[in-house]
Amino acid sequence: MTNVLVCIKRVPDLGGEVRLTADGMAVDDSSVGHTVSSHEECAVELAVQVATASGGEATVLTLGSPESTEQLRNALALGCTNAVLIEADAAAYGPADVAAAIADVVQAHSEAGTIYDLVLVGNDASDTGDFQVGIRLAYLLHRPVVTGISTLSVVGHRISAQGSSPEGGTEMFDVPLPAVVTVMEGGIEVRYPSIPGRMKAKRATIIEVQPERVPVGSRRIELRLPPAQPSQVEILGEGPHAAGAVVELLEKLGVAR
Amino acid sequence: MAPVPTAARVVVIGAGIVGNSLVHHLARLGWRDIVQLDKGALPNPGGSTGHASNFIFPVDHSREVTELTLDSMDQYKKMGVFTESGGFEVARTPERMEELRRRMSSARAWGIESQLVSPAEVVEKVPYLNADQIIGAFWTPSVGVVDSLRAGTIMRQRALETGALTVVPTVEVIGMDVEDGAIKRVRTTGGDIEAKAVVIACGVWSPKLAAMAGARIPLTPAVHQMISVGPVKRLAAQQGEICFPIIRDMDTFCYERQHGADMEVGSYAHRAILHNPEDIPSIEQAKLSPTEMPFTSGDFDPQLEQAFELMPDLLGEEGAEIRYAINGLLSLTPDNAPILGETPEVKGLWSAAAVWIKEGPGVGRAVAEWMTDGLPEIDLSHSDIARFYPHQLTRSHIRARTGEAFIKTYGIVHPGEQYESDRNQRLSPMYASQKQLGAKFFEGAGWERPFWYESNVGLLEEYGDRVMPRDNEWDARWWSPIINAEHLAMRDRAGIIDLSAFAIFDVIGPAALETVQSIVVAQCDVALGKVIYTPVLDARGGFRSDLTVMRLAKDRFRVVTGGAHGMVDRKWFADRMPANGTAQVVDLTSAFTTIGLWGPRARDILGELTRADISHEGFGFGTCRDIEVESLSVLASRISYVGELGWELHIPSEHGTRLWSLLHAAGSSYGAVPVGIGVYGSTGRIEKGYRAFGSELDSSRTIVEAGMERPKVKSAEFVGREAYLKQRVTDPKSVLCTLVVENHTSKSGTERYMLGGEPILTSSGGELLDDHGRRPYVTSASSAPSLGKHMLLAYLPPSAAYVGNELTVSYMEELYPVTVGSSDSTALFDPSNERIK
Repeated sequence: MTNVLVCIKRVPDLGGEVRLTADGMAVDDSSVGHTVSSHEECAVELAVQVATASGGEATVLTLGSPESTEQLRNALALGCTNAVLIEADAAAYGPADVAAAIADVVQAHSEAGTIYDLVLVGNDASDTGDFQVGIRLAYLLHRPVVTGISTLSVVGHRISAQGSSPEGGTEMFDVPLPAVVTVMEGGIEVRYPSIPGRMKAKRATIIEVQPERVPVGSRRIELRLPPAQPSQVEILGEGPHAAGAVVELLEKLGVAR
Repeated sequence: MAPVPTAARVVVIGAGIVGNSLVHHLARLGWRDIVQLDKGALPNPGGSTGHASNFIFPVDHSREVTELTLDSMDQYKKMGVFTESGGFEVARTPERMEELRRRMSSARAWGIESQLVSPAEVVEKVPYLNADQIIGAFWTPSVGVVDSLRAGTIMRQRALETGALTVVPTVEVIGMDVEDGAIKRVRTTGGDIEAKAVVIACGVWSPKLAAMAGARIPLTPAVHQMISVGPVKRLAAQQGEICFPIIRDMDTFCYERQHGADMEVGSYAHRAILHNPEDIPSIEQAKLSPTEMPFTSGDFDPQLEQAFELMPDLLGEEGAEIRYAINGLLSLTPDNAPILGETPEVKGLWSAAAVWIKEGPGVGRAVAEWMTDGLPEIDLSHSDIARFYPHQLTRSHIRARTGEAFIKTYGIVHPGEQYESDRNQRLSPMYASQKQLGAKFFEGAGWERPFWYESNVGLLEEYGDRVMPRDNEWDARWWSPIINAEHLAMRDRAGIIDLSAFAIFDVIGPAALETVQSIVVAQCDVALGKVIYTPVLDARGGFRSDLTVMRLAKDRFRVVTGGAHGMVDRKWFADRMPANGTAQVVDLTSAFTTIGLWGPRARDILGELTRADISHEGFGFGTCRDIEVESLSVLASRISYVGELGWELHIPSEHGTRLWSLLHAAGSSYGAVPVGIGVYGSTGRIEKGYRAFGSELDSSRTIVEAGMERPKVKSAEFVGREAYLKQRVTDPKSVLCTLVVENHTSKSGTERYMLGGEPILTSSGGELLDDHGRRPYVTSASSAPSLGKHMLLAYLPPSAAYVGNELTVSYMEELYPVTVGSSDSTALFDPSNERIK
């Protein structure tokens, strides 16, 4: 039985054009919806799969405003069974603060009898991209950590995990539990919620936690948008004659097999 | 991509269902040099058409909407993009079941095949529906789905093939230039286009575009939530997009519509989520399209449970997931009707906005006809952009009313139902006094109008059963027997009626006479001080309005018309003023208030207050003049819409309170009572067979059919004269008749009273068809307390239009016997008009 804690972050659900707030400290989310990053969507899917396969429980956690319950309930609809909201202003929290706040929850729950054998986080948040929480969390919890993992399975008290190597090829890890894993998108297909799942999520209780420490912050000075990429249009063909080229491209992109 | 031309005869902005239909019909009607723009890419530029659920239920209580829908269905079918699925509107409550019976009335009136069915009959066609949740349903076999994007492409293509059209996508309009009150130029990111006609067919963005030219299109983008659940094995096993009938779950304000392997669930039950047109994300910012806003799942959760109750096995199937969920934007208007026609602010700038998929092609055709020869075939009075008063164009009003209107989309809306938001806009000077009298206010054109006065409750005892009480709650909703008591008191003694809601405008100037003559049917070359009641026609000889004109001076004519239609009438007149300015329209609506005094004691009462000669000889019917009423100077006009002796008293607004109290003080000893619009608009007129614009009279009716022709036609030219002359020598295709209900007792033993809109059938319940191919329906229904009867007006086939003919009216799916009481405008009450003298 493996209990999994999966950590997610509410972020703007952006289209093609990204706008920053007037102070340049955040992405402008005034006219967009919110989601979690694709890495975290995969982490939630892995958490549900591991918990279901072993008869354990998948708990989803976030640090953020009360609006973040939207993302917690979405994860509950997908099969997580418990949810924790560390109620805080996420913008005031740097990666070290977030890692410490999660570690506090993991320790407190452990003392209360719920041990999370496996903690999953996304490889990096899609709005700030700090790449730090997983490693800092493992350090605070005195656990091993592997990063950039796209598939994993639990066998006994060990996990077998795979990820793409930056140099090409596949990296394979064999790690003892308890452990921390940062998840990278691309290895698994995630599910959408079902209606019964959504109905269950609506009724679920969310545990609210007040953080104990004063955050240090990210020490971010400002965000800057990269110069606009010149857009390139390639016409693959016209009419039915284009079909072959389109199929080829879709296969190359991995959208069609 | 074509470059933006530098000039065009017409620019159509928008390539959704409406813009595409418009370019097609404009080209078909002979327009050339048409330029169509859209800021998005084709075929789906990102507006509401692109995410529509695309289904069509043809039956609506509104004739105008139904006619547009039927025409659209016909066009979709001819393009081969219509798939008939059938559709059920299911009822979970007895109240809804009653509403579905009322829907049957509309279906019969508009000639659409529908029937009421049992839950088992629903399950027969929709096996995955949980019959325990419903008590019955309204089945319409002709319901179907369309491919609105494909239809748009086909229509655009057809226009392109004629060589009349240039389409320029991915070009955004950034400004519009107006010169001398007329549209001159459209400025775009691809260059400027000179054009004398521009149509805004931009859906939710329309207000933003109109504002560029200083015009206003009062709609608000509002969210309609929709999810798509699948794959569902049972649906995936079928061929094609849709094989099962569409379900409208009326009591939960939801629908379930198969789309291939998925079930789409849409909702109109959530809170009204309104946006501002300028806050809609750009194409670049939007994750999906600009009108597919991020789904707010919390708002939808209650509907999920209700949808699940109705289809538990299908929606709960293992592997069926919510694959797509949006807060889709659509256009809502303050009165739930489309916004069509030339903007009153800018000549040549047209609106074709706030249109659903079900009406799109029909609206495109109608607006194209309107632009071509000023006359859409379908009467569009309720959709005319000119209908709005200035306060109705403000953002606060639009938001308040659309917030309230949203929930009416699937709601049970009583024909008398009043809006609650943003009331107390236009108050007559007598308002405070009326409140003290316990006036029950209804709103008309923003005015608070007393419909009846609770202070008259004592009259109920006086008149007993003559007030024709109604036992059924629906029949008696938004109604009171006090209306009928006020009616009887007016006929016995006198009534004092607030008519402040009249729209009043003068036509002045040296060319005033010939201009007014050219617009209205009746002879206006009359002596000063004459009051003329006249129809106003369009070129085809259909009604544009009916109103009164007072000749106040050689070069001054005062037009008095109903508030509801006042702005449209004003535009109709203003559009026909001579270009050289020798006649002008001056709006005086806010300058004057009008109080009516009618009844056998009216002359006695006015006589207490004036030394003027108001005898029949001294102040004849159909005349007007200034008289002194105590220390007030009043323009008195001796006419009547209730069939009694009396006057309309026009007075500057600031004197209104004084006149009102003088009349009441003088009237009390004669037993005069305040009388509401319930009498003025219904009981009083129906006994006299007086017609009302918007009910009996609209552009699809003629003077001859309405039985309103006079012996002579003036020799002066006027709009519609040629058509009218032709109508006079041709047999009418339908005839407006007054019907009397002979028996009100329903099967359950309750007396039922029709409210309007019901079909008229043969004595055995068979269908009647007039020579237009239309079915007769009740255009107005009202108590006729002086006759002790309930009366109906309806256009009948000429062969059925004879006095004494026995027919039936279908109400809530039961037949009630009626008899034709009059087959022309002869009144059933006081037919020789003795009382007016």
